[in-house]
Amino acid sequence: MTEKDFTSCTNCGPVTVTVKDGKVVRVRPLAVAEEDYSPWTIKAGENSYSAPKKIALSPFVHGERQRLYSEERIKYPMKRVDFDPKGERNPQNRGKSGYERISWEEALDIVSGEITRIQDKYGQEAVTGMTSSHHNWGNVGYKMGPFSRFFNMIGYTQVLDNPDSWEGWHWGATHTYGFFWRLGMPEPYDTLTDALQNTEMIVFWSNDPDSTRGTYTGQESSIWRYWLKQKGVEMVFIDPFFNYTAAAMGGKWITPTMGTDTALAMAIAYVWITEDTYDKSYIETNTIGFEPFKKYVLGEDDGQPKTPEWASAESTVPVKVIKTLARQWASKRTILSGGSRGGEGGACRTAFGTEWARMMVLLQAMQGLGKPGVSIWGTTMGAPSNTDIWFPGYADLDGRMATTKAADHLPQNPVKQRLYRLTLPDAVLDPPVSWYGEGFCGNALEQQYTHFTYPMEGYGEVKMFYRYGGSFLGTMVDTNKWVRMYTSDKLEFVVNQDCWYQGETRFADIILPACTQLERDDIGEWGAAGGYTVHASSGCSNRVLIRQKKCIEPLWDSKSDYGIFTLLAEKLGRKEEYTDGKSELDWARAFFDISDVPKYMSWEEFEEKGYFMFPIPDDYKPTPSLRWFYEQRECDTPDLNNPKRLTEKGKELGTLSGKIEFVSQSLTENFPDDDERPPMPRYIVSWEGHRSELAEKYPLQLLSPHPRFSFHTHYDKHTAWLNEIPGHRIIKDGYAYWPVRISPADATARGIQNGDLVRMHNDRGQVLGVAKITERIRQGIIHSYVSSAKYDPLEPGKSNSVDRGGCVSLLTPSRMVSKNAPGMAPLSCLIEISKWEG
Amino acid sequence: MTTYGMLIDVDRCTGCYNCLLSCKDEFCGNDYENYSAAQPEFGQFWMNIKEVERGTYPKLKVDYIPIPCMQCQNAPCIKAAVNGAVYKRDDGIVMIDPIKAKGQREIAMACPYRVIYWNAELDVPQKCTFCAHGLDSGWKAPRCVEACPTDAIVFGDLDDSGSAISKLKAAGNYKRLHPEFALNSNVLYKDLPKRLIAGEVVLSDKKDECAQDVNITLKQDGNVISTTMTNVYGDFEFDGLDQDAAYAVTIEMDGYVAVHETIRTKIDVNLGEIELAPDN
Repeated sequence: MTEKDFTSCTNCGPVTVTVKDGKVVRVRPLAVAEEDYSPWTIKAGENSYSAPKKIALSPFVHGERQRLYSEERIKYPMKRVDFDPKGERNPQNRGKSGYERISWEEALDIVSGEITRIQDKYGQEAVTGMTSSHHNWGNVGYKMGPFSRFFNMIGYTQVLDNPDSWEGWHWGATHTYGFFWRLGMPEPYDTLTDALQNTEMIVFWSNDPDSTRGTYTGQESSIWRYWLKQKGVEMVFIDPFFNYTAAAMGGKWITPTMGTDTALAMAIAYVWITEDTYDKSYIETNTIGFEPFKKYVLGEDDGQPKTPEWASAESTVPVKVIKTLARQWASKRTILSGGSRGGEGGACRTAFGTEWARMMVLLQAMQGLGKPGVSIWGTTMGAPSNTDIWFPGYADLDGRMATTKAADHLPQNPVKQRLYRLTLPDAVLDPPVSWYGEGFCGNALEQQYTHFTYPMEGYGEVKMFYRYGGSFLGTMVDTNKWVRMYTSDKLEFVVNQDCWYQGETRFADIILPACTQLERDDIGEWGAAGGYTVHASSGCSNRVLIRQKKCIEPLWDSKSDYGIFTLLAEKLGRKEEYTDGKSELDWARAFFDISDVPKYMSWEEFEEKGYFMFPIPDDYKPTPSLRWFYEQRECDTPDLNNPKRLTEKGKELGTLSGKIEFVSQSLTENFPDDDERPPMPRYIVSWEGHRSELAEKYPLQLLSPHPRFSFHTHYDKHTAWLNEIPGHRIIKDGYAYWPVRISPADATARGIQNGDLVRMHNDRGQVLGVAKITERIRQGIIHSYVSSAKYDPLEPGKSNSVDRGGCVSLLTPSRMVSKNAPGMAPLSCLIEISKWEG
Repeated sequence: MTTYGMLIDVDRCTGCYNCLLSCKDEFCGNDYENYSAAQPEFGQFWMNIKEVERGTYPKLKVDYIPIPCMQCQNAPCIKAAVNGAVYKRDDGIVMIDPIKAKGQREIAMACPYRVIYWNAELDVPQKCTFCAHGLDSGWKAPRCVEACPTDAIVFGDLDDSGSAISKLKAAGNYKRLHPEFALNSNVLYKDLPKRLIAGEVVLSDKKDECAQDVNITLKQDGNVISTTMTNVYGDFEFDGLDQDAAYAVTIEMDGYVAVHETIRTKIDVNLGEIELAPDN
């Protein structure tokens, strides 16, 4: 009996994997030797807080071996039975056809043959493809690496991602305070230290950090919030759902009608202005445009003062609560926690969500953003962290095999045409489409103004769709249109490559089985995205780099994504060009070698040990987020991608004026007449909200935040232990349904009892779930998480089918945040709900 | 002597379910010879989580309570077993012998905490073992303790007065779950949810302001047992009260007519909005 431990890493924490007789039997938090921890200590008054000597994974990571061996794994290459690349293709049957197993040889021949045929006939741009938002950890294997390297090499119409989790912050807040290099999120440095030392109150606005975590950093921050609670920091939760963070922390719970948060924010500003409780000198020195804003708030320009009475009528939050909240916020050192990365919260993914995000920044500006204790902080990220030792994140150019300096040769995509993820189905079904913005506009504000049209002049339409992952039915908006796209003959060929069967898998002509990160070699730093979230690993109490070892051979007939693309490249006669002469282990070594880590640990030592803990220096000096701006100094944080940092403009923010802009100069210059995202933020009534005509037919608002017990579409469906967690899925009559949280009043009015099967519906779709009657959700609002990995239509292939898997995205609207802000707005969604009799 | 125990602080638990899932990872499909047969893929929760939702909108309290085997010193499962199929180790851990216990349904039925599960396929009762197999090979703590992000679960030797767990126990207010069972469990809890009385005060002549600093008095059997004042939002609460008991609450403020409420805590009580009128 042989038993061996391997180190690896997941999206939500590093692990030690025990393999016994060739089988993974245990996956536990990375076993770090006690002496390897170099915990930081934060002193706050008489108290001392030290980094725990432990690794806190996200819950579902404990199910890693169950999903590794899941029957939901794609085991073999598959071909749709009624698809014949040389004869009838029957695209109309996608979604309902059966599949037959084929050999890798046959699969690779078909796929490479189709690539060649389609590019020869229609041009390189006729091939398109895209990944999901998240993949399996490890720089070598991460979606931005092997996928992009291959498609850049053959040339294709690249698809731009919409900044899905941050829409209002990306398209709005960037015009208020810059930080476009963080997609509108603030820098997170030493925010934990600042909070422990100085903060008296935290307003969690549309934020459940105990559930959304630091995206990748597991449950590390749970203990930080416990410390803050123990210290007596007051907490307020603005959320229609009494979320998990609210449940753990206690505090005041405020439940505005969805879509009215901006009105609430305006009324808070009104109280501060009329009671003279805002930081006037900060407004004077650190901001511009306050006077017109003040006029708007006082009602001097539109005749409507934004009083608590006015906001109460909009939002149902009582007048007295609005006033008290405003007074508390002003009289105490208050953190605004507007989403797990500071920003991000669901309220930004709504109609005119830009206005809410901008108001979040402006409210904190009125209280002196950057003053000790006054930050925008998600309560994740921001632990003391040694940023001097650099290792590329998966999203850093140097962290991807498609773009890294560690490569000898980098393929360049010659095709200039682009597609936009949000409108991809529309583009295929009913071109032309056009939009603004280069997707994630993280290099410059100006990227948001780039106008695209598809098809682009001189280019033709796409004919082939290579889908890597299968999440969109559960995560995008109005997702029945993806069903319509897949079943259209506009797409001559569809491939799906994934580890598990997900919502979109069974719309492909050819399915290719990929393996997980436990079945291949890689390297990765916990929580480190890099790219547009530099230093995200400060969401971990302990920063660690892991040598992700291949624990077992790829199961069944699966191969690593890199392995699959290598074989395809070989079929196309371009293997050397694709691989750069490197194996996966060679790439891992290459990333290691270009980093700073070799100065501290050799590759051999790293290989032997399996991990490297980044030591905290004894003389670590905190540089709290935006303190430099408050004090009108040069930026002293390690915010690498801040373009003004270390220049003569080092005291400035990333806005045109360098200050916080109540009236945005960038919007004034580029979209001066935009009444949906005006130069100065306004409360604009939602295009699908409580005041819409549609509300007569569909009177309930759907609240669909990021899930707690799964990560994006990872782990759900293929980790069956999660089905026994009632907060995740509820088993009824042998089927694991998605929970639908409903207030007692709304349930009674509809004759719905706890545990009933219910149908959520509107004109866009129909989704079944099991009703959970709870006091934790406000009347008039239904809570059901987004990101179901299971799309299970009662009528496969039909775009209007009832789905019993739980893809609430089918219900959400296609309409963008606003006409020039092409973000998705799933949280502006009206539905009705009724008992489902079958 | 060593006696292993656990202290569980409900206030620290955020309901992440790391403990429940790490236990599944350790035991589902894994036999540990002489310790435990494999837990089945579904249906057993050697570490379970009980969710307790108290109050009504918008005055809510939600608690998550991790429930392992209580490792009772007067274990009824030991008494219900025949042939020594259930025994207590020297370190206090109560173990079900996976071979000897075959067929003995009475063992599963004997546990009033209902933490013993019946494995129909293997025909054997099963439960939490405090990861004894791991402790014996050098682990410092069971999987659930290792997985917990907030140290809501503390593990150690209750016989060692210098151990962290002993110090915590001495300093804290740890109680057994269902002390009326009188089973002397080695798993103890702090901040178990009890009954709640909550409410919000409004001054009828100042409805647009929150009624702060209103005096609230709680009496039981005529005796004042607690007093508080409304907070800045006009909210007040009394927590940790007895189940199904009679209480009297007085809400008073100078210049206003006092309001009296009598309450029976059959369930948690949200008094809702209580209006005080001026006493002219």
